[in-house]
Amino acid sequence: MKKQTKPKLSERLRTWDAGSFDLTEAIDPDPPVPVTEYDLRAEDLPPLARLGDRQVRGFRRIYPWLAAILAAVLVTILLSAVLDLPPYGAAENPPHNEVMERYVARGLAETGAVNTVSGVILDYRAFDTLGESHVLYTAATAVLVLLLSASGGRDEPPSVRRIMEGDPILRNTARVVVPIVLLFGVYVILNGHLGPGGGFAGGAILGGGLILYVIAFGFEPMEKLISGRVYRRGITAALCFYSGAKCYSFFCGANHLETIFQNGTPGAILSAGLILPLNIAVGLIVALTMYGFYSMFQRGRI
Amino acid sequence: MTGLDVFQLLLLGGIVVCGIAACLSRNLLVCLIIFMAYSVMMSVIWVLLQAPDLAITEAAVGAGISSILLFITLKKLRDIRKKVLDEKTDETEAL
Repeated sequence: MKKQTKPKLSERLRTWDAGSFDLTEAIDPDPPVPVTEYDLRAEDLPPLARLGDRQVRGFRRIYPWLAAILAAVLVTILLSAVLDLPPYGAAENPPHNEVMERYVARGLAETGAVNTVSGVILDYRAFDTLGESHVLYTAATAVLVLLLSASGGRDEPPSVRRIMEGDPILRNTARVVVPIVLLFGVYVILNGHLGPGGGFAGGAILGGGLILYVIAFGFEPMEKLISGRVYRRGITAALCFYSGAKCYSFFCGANHLETIFQNGTPGAILSAGLILPLNIAVGLIVALTMYGFYSMFQRGRI
Repeated sequence: MTGLDVFQLLLLGGIVVCGIAACLSRNLLVCLIIFMAYSVMMSVIWVLLQAPDLAITEAAVGAGISSILLFITLKKLRDIRKKVLDEKTDETEAL
């Protein structure tokens, strides 16, 4: 390999590899050299990138101006829209119509949920959340299909595993924090009809806890709890339960049907009819999907 | 002007600073960490706006899950970059 003759060129073209173009560098014409382990030099680059130096320079010269103009236009549009908004909390604002009055006045009696937000998203408008769950499920399936066929299930390289798992600070912190995070996630899911929270937020917390555990201790211990089969069956079962419980909404115009789940005493943990089981189903889908995404991206399988 | 007002102004100024800093930071890792800080401050603002449901979701999804996914993406990008570099080196040596 020949000696490096033009250090300036290599600096400018540092990020011009593999189609990844660090846009933030374009703002500063002479950026400091970032210390990375994957240092690129000009002669390492494909010939096309070297030939296109002139075009790159031209592009980089006009790029900051174009970006600044675009940002200014967007800021102007957004600020003018904000100035047109009605005052916060005014009585004549558009959302304050008969729908909101109904939710506030009779939400507790009709849904049994102390948390009106949960009552709205999982009871009055549960079919919306049904659609969202299907979107999440479809996305998870698509990721599964794409990444499984692309990489065929390999483990992460041993070097990465050694670095990650050998860190005593990470392991000891995770040992203390993970149980609390998981417990809090379960609490947020089960408490969704009583206070702020619910299936989506709690599921995300649970998924975050699972991911933290995996980062600290590796995938092997987690496979006893969540294998690929558990993952697929878990999200499918949760989605089927949700669909079975709420699909009648599409046939009766989102009106209510009597269920075996009674509304019960508002404020009790076993109350609010179907909201608690639906929260658990949504939480299961979200937690498994988050963990599954991480696992798929990290090592190509679950 | 009560203490809560000052706190609120600090948070609002903080998210503006974080938003601009995330755009201008050259290191993508630093950019992601600033983005996490932005989400955390935003979730406190949701609490002050009396939207605790949104606050929990923002903290869990905005600061937690999306940051984790972005971190993985960054790691994958570096892996791909390294792979391309290795292949190029192999080609040069073969020539």
